[in-house]
Amino acid sequence: MFDNVWLIPLFPLIGFLINGFFGKKIKNEAVIGGIGTLMIFLSFIVSCGILMQMIGLPAEQRVFEKVVFPWIHSGNLKVDMAFLLDPLSCVMIMVVTGVGTLIHLYSIGYMHGEEGFYRFFAYLNLFCMSMLLLVLGNNMLVMFIGWEGVGLCSYLLIGYYFHKKSAGDAAKKAFVMNRVGDFGFLIGMFTLFWWFGSNHNIWTINFTEIKAASHLLPYGGVVTVATLCFFLGATGKSAQLPLYTWLPDAMEGPTPVSALIHAATMVTAGVYMIGRMSFVFIKSPETMMVVAVIGAATAIFAATIGTAQNDIKRVLAYSTVSQLGFMFLAMGVGAFTAGIFHLMTHAFFKACLFLGSGSVIHSMHHALHHAHSHDDAQDMRNMGGLKSAMPITFITFLVSTIAIAGIPGFSGFFSKDEILWQAFSNPFHGQLNMVLWGVGAIAACFTAFYMFRLVFMTFFGECRITPKAKGHLHESPLVITIPLMVLGLLAVVGGYIGLPKLIGDMLGGIPNYFEHWLEPVFAQAHEYSTQYAHAGGHHSHSLEWGLMGLSVVIALIGITIAFTLYIKNTELPGKFTATFPALHRAVYNKWYMDELYDFAIVNPCKALGRFLWKGFDVVVIDGIVNGVANVVLGFSGIFRFIQSGLIGNYAWSMAFGVVVILGYYVFK
Amino acid sequence: MLGAYLPILLLVIVAIAFGLVSLTFSSLIGPKKKSALKLSPYESGCEPVGTARDRFSIKFYLIAMLFILFDIEAVFLYPWAILYKKLGVFGLVEMGLFIVILFVGYIYVWKKGALEWE
Amino acid sequence: MDMITIPAVNLTPILPEIILSVLAMALLLINVFVQSSKKTYLSYISFIGVVGTAVLVGSGWGTHIESFSGAVVQDNFATFFKMIFLLAAGLAILIADQYMEREDCNHGELYPLILFTVVGMMLMAAGTDLMTIFLGLEVMSVSLYVLAGFNRANTKSNEAGLKYFLLGAFSTGFLLYGMALTYGATGSTRISVIATQAGQMGMSSGNILFLAGMLLILTGFCFKIAVVPFHMWTPDVYEGAPTPMTAFMSAGPKAAGFAAALRLLLIAFPTLQADWSQLLWVLAVLTMTVGNITALRQDNIKRILAYSSIAHAGYALVGMAAGNSTGTAGILFYMLSYTFMNIGAFAVIILVGKKGESNGNVQDFAGLGFKHPMLAVAMTIFLFSLSGMPPTAGFIGKFYLFSGAIQKGYIWLAVIGVLNSAASVYYYLRVMVYMYMKDPTEDFAWTKVSAPIALCLVLSVAGTMVLGIVPSIILQYAQEAIKLI
Repeated sequence: MFDNVWLIPLFPLIGFLINGFFGKKIKNEAVIGGIGTLMIFLSFIVSCGILMQMIGLPAEQRVFEKVVFPWIHSGNLKVDMAFLLDPLSCVMIMVVTGVGTLIHLYSIGYMHGEEGFYRFFAYLNLFCMSMLLLVLGNNMLVMFIGWEGVGLCSYLLIGYYFHKKSAGDAAKKAFVMNRVGDFGFLIGMFTLFWWFGSNHNIWTINFTEIKAASHLLPYGGVVTVATLCFFLGATGKSAQLPLYTWLPDAMEGPTPVSALIHAATMVTAGVYMIGRMSFVFIKSPETMMVVAVIGAATAIFAATIGTAQNDIKRVLAYSTVSQLGFMFLAMGVGAFTAGIFHLMTHAFFKACLFLGSGSVIHSMHHALHHAHSHDDAQDMRNMGGLKSAMPITFITFLVSTIAIAGIPGFSGFFSKDEILWQAFSNPFHGQLNMVLWGVGAIAACFTAFYMFRLVFMTFFGECRITPKAKGHLHESPLVITIPLMVLGLLAVVGGYIGLPKLIGDMLGGIPNYFEHWLEPVFAQAHEYSTQYAHAGGHHSHSLEWGLMGLSVVIALIGITIAFTLYIKNTELPGKFTATFPALHRAVYNKWYMDELYDFAIVNPCKALGRFLWKGFDVVVIDGIVNGVANVVLGFSGIFRFIQSGLIGNYAWSMAFGVVVILGYYVFK
Repeated sequence: MLGAYLPILLLVIVAIAFGLVSLTFSSLIGPKKKSALKLSPYESGCEPVGTARDRFSIKFYLIAMLFILFDIEAVFLYPWAILYKKLGVFGLVEMGLFIVILFVGYIYVWKKGALEWE
Repeated sequence: MDMITIPAVNLTPILPEIILSVLAMALLLINVFVQSSKKTYLSYISFIGVVGTAVLVGSGWGTHIESFSGAVVQDNFATFFKMIFLLAAGLAILIADQYMEREDCNHGELYPLILFTVVGMMLMAAGTDLMTIFLGLEVMSVSLYVLAGFNRANTKSNEAGLKYFLLGAFSTGFLLYGMALTYGATGSTRISVIATQAGQMGMSSGNILFLAGMLLILTGFCFKIAVVPFHMWTPDVYEGAPTPMTAFMSAGPKAAGFAAALRLLLIAFPTLQADWSQLLWVLAVLTMTVGNITALRQDNIKRILAYSSIAHAGYALVGMAAGNSTGTAGILFYMLSYTFMNIGAFAVIILVGKKGESNGNVQDFAGLGFKHPMLAVAMTIFLFSLSGMPPTAGFIGKFYLFSGAIQKGYIWLAVIGVLNSAASVYYYLRVMVYMYMKDPTEDFAWTKVSAPIALCLVLSVAGTMVLGIVPSIILQYAQEAIKLI
């Protein structure tokens, strides 16, 4: 099975080619959607086979590299198109193909009747291929192709409704911000390649080879530079401070895209990348701290913004940014397993939430359309009381909300609590741990609040659309609700493969499967970490229990506030807004971050650009270029004149050439 | 050494002599009825005086080319015929192939109508 | 009576040539005996013949068979080039029918002539004797003269055929004279014997006879591959010849010229390497520069590609001047890439063009990107490749050619080559600007894209991209092929 790993990205590629080239001719939505879904499903089956085989192997044999073909062999640089299978990439391909299949299936229903249906599925397949290359690549360059590929697909899909200016702008914004990050990725790659090559004559960008040679890396120094560059790449792709503003705007794309790309898979690429190179990151305590701080800051920052948004998808977008912050926090405190675990559970419940919101929007849109109303189908202020009309959507949505809020028994609880515990107890950041934990806990409180605010505003209370439209509200078709149910189920049970040791012991010694699974991947990193970690990282069980209880209480507080404000006492939010207008405006306007960026970066850049264009380019560069071009064109005219078309002249020119050549060599 | 070329020298002498003798005798013996046409220089049946850039019908060229083609190929038959016995079956087969290829060309030309004057 | 001993003859090395010749003759006869105004079936037969021959040629990979007392050889070098010729012929056959039908000159002789050309080219690549190479060159050239003037009703085509013939005959004179001088100096026409003789007798640039022989032979090949100052025929002939034949001519015979020239220079004349290397250095610079600069001012797309093909010959000369394994393998790789991208570009030109060879200006490409996006994308890929941008075949090819020059120490040559590439972007991009940024001048009435042309486009795009993205799969063959040399 391992040898067939190349099939995994190949299937979506085939799907892309078929739909991309012939989709327009096929026209039949069932065929197009069927092909797209089938291809990613086939990848999923292969991935399952690989997972089964890997489970059957002893832990130390769970690394496999498959060279598909030699790719670039130039001087010292040897890069193959090759894939790396290990427990980490295995988790990722399962998530990408599994969630991907469900979202493809969902899209058949959701995108029904859209113009360019085939285009959507072609892009979606292309995205899956790129994402699979990203997670499977055994070297940085293959990863980078995937990295760029998902960026491209994200751009294409955000701009899917390209006739809308806002969609086009959002797509460009996403692309540019990602490019800023990609630049960091490239610099980081070059730095590592150059350092290993020039200092140890190890010219490689292969992960396994770097891992084998990682003991040569110093602590800090060049590693800090390289890892910070990589982390810049991660902030771009995974929407962290300061490069996060593209993600909320990316909601201009169709909802399945938001679910697949901007929640479950692509945006987690940064987290995955840090996990993949944990043995490099861990060698720089400074970078680890930066990652943790940025992660925690993003978590709370985005969570606060999420509390005041009215667009259902925007709330979820900020929630995603915030949850990604939690993952980076985990990475930054050395809890790689916890970070990847949260990545996985988040993929389940956030995909479910996005798809659920899509189902709601779909239904709202339909109803409003019938009522000839021009109200915004995505604005939660127009919703309310949808739970009776859309029971399946409601239940799955509620389950996922409970999961993300961190209520015990649901997947989000296990992963988030693990992150908070690690933030508190990790041996790396000393006094900072308290701050990290505190910020994380408050962010968790906000999370519970805004998510339940979303649920209450959408599904409970009075329906705020016209009664005429209300009659047209209906549950979505099976093709939409089946993925919701599957994901909802996963959002509940997905956490049990990674039970914290404490709870596992209590339940009769159930081990933390997930941690054991990933142990060999991060073993190297943990070994390095012992070099500088503080001693005495021991904390008592009672403390852990206490913190766990505290985080549950925090979540409940958030829910209670939401309940009070949006169910019991619905005037309160208005009063609150009236009392603190400035605060509300600031939060509502996303802390004016976009304006700040415009003021501090975009406008100066534009001004510089205008100066370079009008002042420098037009006068100086164009002057030189046109001058050269005119001279060259002048020569071109002369040569054209020589090319008279007269055969005698041609023969003379040949004879002349022969005479000159012979003359030179004979009489030299 | 040079003795080997003696027959050629003789041949040249005989040829020149033959030409001179026959021309001399014909001018001496033959009757002479002069006319404008007869006194004009011979030029393959064409008008000898006029612009040199006159056009010929392309059919002349075609026939001439085809003639040269098959004529020259026929020349190859002579050395082969002389060495026929020494070359044996191999030579026969080779020449057979050669003729077949020529023949393909001939059929092509024929079917194409290149041998028809009109 | 003493028999003449016939040397043992192994026909395996020239089996492909025999098959193609027989097929060509059969097609000639079929053409005159079957009364049909449509000649499409002939193109199918010849295409199948070419594919079959390619399979046969390919199966000979890795073998080394000499025959005819060492006048012909079957080795990897010959095989690689034969595959290029067959590819060029196959692609040309695919695009020929629709064009010839449109221009009302669909005479059945086209396909036999193409096949004969291929036979000639194959003999050039496989020949290890000056006579064999010359024979191949003549078979190829004579067929090409006819192909260039194939569109009898079109005066430009006639002009092209005649010019090509006259100048070609002129250059053949040089070539033959050079061969005669070489024979005079070494006493043999066999390449290997020339080399050993030259080695034993210490012939190098001091021996005027030997040197002049080499120079004249080189001159003859320079004409075939359109090297400045022997390039003047190229624009006129490329413009006038029927477009599919232009495509074929720019790819196949050029590669054949390189094949023969490489074999001769590297095996027969290594003692003169200092001289020919220096000469090629100068010629490469001249060729690249003149080709690119003149192309800047052209409007006719076929003329642009003609000058571009001169420039590309210049790039390949860079690899030949280097004469080392990187440069030589680069030539092989480049010729293959060039076959894909150039014939592909000509296929698009055929589709954009209209009856009577009209619509052949850059301006006629205006708005193609909107009217026929797939075609425009294909053209874009070819143009990108021609201008040498990654991730296309053209980039990798140039990369190896110029690396070869750098390894040899010809830094400046590589620099000039890169500068030339940069300049060439102008006229390639100009086409793209018209395709994507200008509105169409009139409504297109599209000729339908026939299945063979579509196949040709798909193959060309695939070839251009695959060679650009995974060059190693072909490059390893190229490196194998030059090992014998």
